[in-house]
Amino acid sequence: MKTTKKRNSRFYDIMRRLARNKLAMVGLFIIVALVLIAIFADFIAPYGYAEQNWSDAFQAPNADHWFGTDHLGRDLFSRVVYGTRYSLRMGVVTVAIAASLGTIVGAFAGFYGGSFDNIVMRVLDIFQSIPILVFAIILAAALEPGLNNAIVAMGVSTMPIYARLIRASIMQERGSEYVEAATAINAGDMRILFRHILPNAISPMIVHVTMNIGSAILIASTLSFLGLGAQEPTPEWGAILSGARSYMRDYGYMLIFPGIMIMLSVLSFNLLGDGLRDALDPRLKGN
Amino acid sequence: MSEYLQVQNLKKYFQTPKGLLHAVDDVSFQVEQGRTLGVVGESGCGKSTLGRVILHLLDSTGGRIVLNGEDITHANRRRLHTLREEMQMIFQDPFSSLNPRMSVFQLISEPLVIKGGLSKEEIRQRTNEIMATVGIPERMAASYPHELDGGRRQRVGIARALILNPHFIVCDEPVSALDVSIQAQIINLMLDLQEKRGLTYLFITHDLSVVRYLAHDIIVMYLGQIVEQGPAEEIFRAPQHPYTKALLSAIPIPDVHTQQNKILMTGEPSSPVNPKPGCRFCSRCPYAEEKCRQKQTAAEVSAGHSVLCWKAKDL
Amino acid sequence: MEDNILLRVEDLAVDFRGDDEVAHAVNHVSFELRAGSTLGLVGETGAGKTTIAKSILRILPEVSARICSGKIYFNGEELLSLSEKQMQKVRGNEIAMIFQDPMTALNPTMTIGDQVAEAILLHEKLSQAEGQTRALDMLRMVGIDGGRYEDYPHQFSGGMKQRVVIAMALACKPQLLIADEPTTALDVTIQAQVLDMMISLKKQLGTSVIMITHDLGVIAETCDYVAVVYAGEIVEYGTAEDIFDRTAHPYTEGLFNSLPSKAGSQRRLRPISGMMPDPAYLPAGCKFADRCPYADDRCRREAPATRPVGNGHFVKCWQRGTEE
Repeated sequence: MKTTKKRNSRFYDIMRRLARNKLAMVGLFIIVALVLIAIFADFIAPYGYAEQNWSDAFQAPNADHWFGTDHLGRDLFSRVVYGTRYSLRMGVVTVAIAASLGTIVGAFAGFYGGSFDNIVMRVLDIFQSIPILVFAIILAAALEPGLNNAIVAMGVSTMPIYARLIRASIMQERGSEYVEAATAINAGDMRILFRHILPNAISPMIVHVTMNIGSAILIASTLSFLGLGAQEPTPEWGAILSGARSYMRDYGYMLIFPGIMIMLSVLSFNLLGDGLRDALDPRLKGN
Repeated sequence: MSEYLQVQNLKKYFQTPKGLLHAVDDVSFQVEQGRTLGVVGESGCGKSTLGRVILHLLDSTGGRIVLNGEDITHANRRRLHTLREEMQMIFQDPFSSLNPRMSVFQLISEPLVIKGGLSKEEIRQRTNEIMATVGIPERMAASYPHELDGGRRQRVGIARALILNPHFIVCDEPVSALDVSIQAQIINLMLDLQEKRGLTYLFITHDLSVVRYLAHDIIVMYLGQIVEQGPAEEIFRAPQHPYTKALLSAIPIPDVHTQQNKILMTGEPSSPVNPKPGCRFCSRCPYAEEKCRQKQTAAEVSAGHSVLCWKAKDL
Repeated sequence: MEDNILLRVEDLAVDFRGDDEVAHAVNHVSFELRAGSTLGLVGETGAGKTTIAKSILRILPEVSARICSGKIYFNGEELLSLSEKQMQKVRGNEIAMIFQDPMTALNPTMTIGDQVAEAILLHEKLSQAEGQTRALDMLRMVGIDGGRYEDYPHQFSGGMKQRVVIAMALACKPQLLIADEPTTALDVTIQAQVLDMMISLKKQLGTSVIMITHDLGVIAETCDYVAVVYAGEIVEYGTAEDIFDRTAHPYTEGLFNSLPSKAGSQRRLRPISGMMPDPAYLPAGCKFADRCPYADDRCRREAPATRPVGNGHFVKCWQRGTEE
């Protein structure tokens, strides 16, 4: 009886649909390139990111300094290359913190419901009502401005988004028959939540996480630009922009390249996220 | 008497915004070991809730559940764990009752994994045994539910229910979602299993032809109440309650010559929320009269066959 | 005789293109429907019954489905060659379809009366008031009290919703009604009411009906002619008496043997072993050969032709029927 043909796994299906989406592939390509740049920055960058050379200050892009140099004579190409490390890290770590905290909080709130859910959600409301900038300023004032504090500020204030998302899909899955079936075979709460419900509730998160890495990079740059994030001489893209701010009128090239990098990275994560959404749920993609 | 399961005055009410929903209302019956009790009724009659209350998937509002002489109505957590090795459930929809992210092997072996105390090898062996029993080829162990057809999925559901060697199985519409030819395969499998393992079934269904085929006794439910109960053969031959009569006459018969005279009921079932004290069927019953609006009591028409209708013997 | 034929489907074949495979959902199906009669399409899930119906109305999903061959004559007009605009006039006006789930056909934000009226006004030039009067008539005809005109779909039970959908489908007095499992989602007692209503409406309006169902009981009650569909083919066609009393095809026979109500006092049912072949990987010979107790080498090698077993009774089987 060879009636059921071999079907490919779900994961393979999703990947294949994703691969057919050209824009998503462009996004993925850029992301991979950025990651490679971050990993091999030591080999790619011709100079150190903090290497000053006063005699070469304010050079427009040329053969020696592809992106030019800044007011301290630092090679901007090298700074942008090293900056990939910091910007990507800020984006990824922020989202990782926010998503994992949010998943745990949201999963329990959605699973147990009732007054526990109510209390948790009201606390999250309070978290969410504090603007990221205000929170970052408070943290910077209380501790000190820096990369890690900016990550904490962003992580904590975006966590409720994930908590809400996962809570909603957990609540939806909680009433499923397979959950009842699991109860009937004596599965405990933790097993039901983590083994049964969560794997089925997680897919909207994947899209969100991908897209939010882009926006986290953007917010991180904003914080650094405002002096609340990465500090000199750390070459985070926002920090480079911040340093170049005073020379914007006369030496515009100093802002162009870090700006383009920020834009490219945000765009690529959004393209990939969009593609993932379509690949995970092809029905959403219209006709 | 060898009653295996006894249910006495079981009640399950749900609080709804409109009032108290009487899903199961004062239901009493018993099942003997190795027999099949068919629970028949239309959607919303409380038959699925009944099965879930017996298995403690839902808490009862009142009444008693006695298994093998032991009152298990308020079984504690620990007893509940051992009880679930004794009583299992086969679900209606093999599409939604299997976790789509787990493989066939994981699904079937899960009850053993949860129970604990077995080595990997023992689990593998028992899972393979049960797969052979229900007719799932071993090569499908790594497949996922969406790769299987409906019949195979239901076999996985059955294997999962059987792996702890239970004696009592609540079957909630196990074949309703399947095509006739597949349905027949599953029904045969369930009959074989009953014969070999001495299983006791509570078979919940809306499909009267299926229940006629495999139930020894039948209870007919309408809006939370049992309106008629008795031996299957007798109920099909001589139904007493007007609702049972209408229900039986409504089954389309796959024969072009013997078209039966249908008793067409007018109207739709009334709401099970805050029901009035009288007969719940009287709004649709062709024989209803004033006395029907008073509280009804079940009366025995013959040994083991009782009806919740004061007029039944005159009809 | 010829002018009695309302619908004639000739050699219809429909493919669904998937990611990297092609499913042959309907494989060269031909049948006729006499004006005023009811034809039952009976078969299991995935046999292609609904695809046949949707091809007639040309409402198959455009992206994946392709009608590879065939002609569909309705009142002598070939539907597959009509423009989309001409087809829109046919849909609803001359051919209407109802589905298993009545909820998909009803707009939850409109009162049911207005929805029926809209269905009428869409196809006929009437004033608003005339449309409402007609809608009210239609609702009464399907057994819904006129007082419920202003109610919304969620206030109706499943059976009542299906009545509304039938009222909408019949509002423009179509010549052909295609009913796709219209009572499958309903309880038996409600099913009996709806079927009874459909039968009497059919007599009253003279509508021809294609009844798609998996339930042989429903077929026996409603149909004059029956086509048994298996793996995208009509394996047996005849009058209801032919199919029920002079069952010819082994698959039809298997279907009857699978029914618990036909089992009588046997201890075991006699199901058809195995499963329907995957429409993307159909066998070369008879598509039922793998499951057929009578199959021989020829059956596995060569796809059977449609052969007569009686007057107007055809079967696609090498073991049954005679050479023409």
